[in-house]
Amino acid sequence: MLEVDRVRVRFGERVVLDDVSLSVNDSEIVGVLGPSGCGKSTLLRVIAGLQPIENGMVRWDSGDLANVPAHARRFGFVFQDQQLFPHMDVAANVGFGLKMAHASKPAIAKRVAELLELVGLPGYEGRSIATLSGGESQRVALARALAPEPRLLLLDEPFSALDRALHDRLAGEVRGLLKQLGMTAIHVTHDPDEAAVVCDRVIRLADYSST
Amino acid sequence: MERRRSRLTLLGVAPALYVLLFFAWPVAAIVARGLSGGGLSDVLRDATLRRVAWFTVWQAGLSTLCAVALGLPLAFVLACYRFRGRALVESLLIVPFVLPTVVVGAAFLALLHGEQSVRGVLLAHVFFNVPVVVRTVTPLWRKLDPRFADAARTLGAGRVQVWRNVTLPLLRQSVLAAAGIVFLFTFTSFGVVLLLGGPRRRTLEVEIYQRTAQQLDLRSAAALALVQLVVLGGLLLWSSRSQARAAVRQRLADHSQPARPVVLVPVLLTALALFGLPMVALVRRAGRWSSAVGTIGRAALVMSLRTALIAALVATVLGAMAGVVIARHGRVSRWLDAGLMLPLGTSAVTVGFGLLITFNRAPVDLRGSAVIVPIAHALIGLPFVVRSVVPVLRSIDPRQRDAAAMLGATPAQTWWSIDAPLLRRALLTGLAFAFAISLGEFGATSFLIRRGSPTLPTLIGELLGKPGVANNQQAYALAVILAVVTAIVMVLVDALNQRAL
Repeated sequence: MLEVDRVRVRFGERVVLDDVSLSVNDSEIVGVLGPSGCGKSTLLRVIAGLQPIENGMVRWDSGDLANVPAHARRFGFVFQDQQLFPHMDVAANVGFGLKMAHASKPAIAKRVAELLELVGLPGYEGRSIATLSGGESQRVALARALAPEPRLLLLDEPFSALDRALHDRLAGEVRGLLKQLGMTAIHVTHDPDEAAVVCDRVIRLADYSST
Repeated sequence: MERRRSRLTLLGVAPALYVLLFFAWPVAAIVARGLSGGGLSDVLRDATLRRVAWFTVWQAGLSTLCAVALGLPLAFVLACYRFRGRALVESLLIVPFVLPTVVVGAAFLALLHGEQSVRGVLLAHVFFNVPVVVRTVTPLWRKLDPRFADAARTLGAGRVQVWRNVTLPLLRQSVLAAAGIVFLFTFTSFGVVLLLGGPRRRTLEVEIYQRTAQQLDLRSAAALALVQLVVLGGLLLWSSRSQARAAVRQRLADHSQPARPVVLVPVLLTALALFGLPMVALVRRAGRWSSAVGTIGRAALVMSLRTALIAALVATVLGAMAGVVIARHGRVSRWLDAGLMLPLGTSAVTVGFGLLITFNRAPVDLRGSAVIVPIAHALIGLPFVVRSVVPVLRSIDPRQRDAAAMLGATPAQTWWSIDAPLLRRALLTGLAFAFAISLGEFGATSFLIRRGSPTLPTLIGELLGKPGVANNQQAYALAVILAVVTAIVMVLVDALNQRAL
């Protein structure tokens, strides 16, 4: 279970998150909804450990994460514009987290194949990142985040760069997939319809923020 | 329109002829001489050559490694950290670029108490080339999307793993490109090795010089120069190809973060020591000005200033003509551009030695004439003028010219009212650069200068080669003067460019 407890983040003079609290139960998909610029992405970065906080606390199963750096939290992150590594092929991208955990080469290859199957891109291992379409990139990014079996998946507007039809189809697919894996997840979006499709419960961030 | 274009292309004839006459022909002469009379096979069988070639490659490789190793931390700090004085550090990094070789050579001799060693050569090469590495890698690093690193961290990569698996591979091409340039520079290093290496440590360039100037053995010198040309050709090809590939996905925003003093302070202190200590040593060990400089010093300064003025004017006129043609794109402009760059890319020794063996007999015997040195300097200064003119000309929106034409301006009037005003500042910048380059030029000048009327750099080199404290002190004092004059010119350039913004 994840708990965000009265978190405050400031960029210089500007308070981006003020006293934001949130909790996510195991296997629950929580949507965070709000207009652009309200600090949704910052909240995800705080949870991931990529953004230092001024005040407050982030806990996992009652343990404070303040001294756990991003790479040790075992939280997956799907970025808005994928951030696939351009100098690696699809397999190396998906297997990156396993390589960091020093998994053996055959184990990585097996898991990569499994995940590409899962996201509907079987046999894409050798493809170069540059040749992927928007939807394919997003599926690879999802596979990459899921590969090291994260305890929590953070999705930052993962579909916003896609066209409407693809957007709707992927949203449904992702929900099915997360439920199938029993994944705990936070899904950030500005689109209430998308949140309704993907999430079990939706929170409006503007309600928590004083700005 | 088409007629006007072709008439403008005629402007390229003069610079093209200049390069053909004073560079291509001399290079052809080197090739012809090197291939004739069995010089090449003698030289290739010579054990000295093998030693010299090995030392050339070895010192260049080691210098490149050191420059990259010291340059990357500085590039990191400048690219990723925000701190007060960052802009100042960046502009100061241009200074080693334009400091004359003899000044830096003298400075490291002063620092090392006159000791000639490999250490001195490496240090001076690092001094010149750390800025090359920093200026090649920093812009790319600054634009590198930090979210790649974020993504890696959420996938379980620690600081070191992020660096090894993500940052370094993404920067690899630019680091390789920088290393290629540095290797090229240090491979053709002449002044630094001559001044700091001592009699036993010779690169190909120094060997060519000594066979020419001391042993008067033009045959084997030409053969060596030919070997050098072939190797350089290969290196240039390789480096231009690796530069073309140095493209990485970038974001325009500046992602710098507040500096971490633990990292920042040691890096900046190292840089300060590397760049500051030799200069301090130079000034401290220089003799008293008035007595140290003397009449020879004054004569050399006058000679240098006069040479630089002539060379800069020639380079500017030819560079402007070439720039107008090159700015218009197309095949002719590409060839002209590449042709003008070649003297810079090969080496000062090639230029100097080539001119020496070409214009040494009737009908044109320029040996000992006062024009040969400015001719060589203009050749080296030309690319700098072209490089400052072309971007300005290309930045002019063609619709401005159309608008002028619609208002009744003839092509000449259009050019005069639209292009000329912008060109003026670029030409002044180019002029100042060519002037500074000429002031500090040492390699080509060493071959071409008349005994008894040296330029400031060749006089400093000569004095450093002589024994005696007084000679060294005089050399150090003259090096300070040369550095100050060069600095004044560069500050003027900078002021000009500031106003242009």
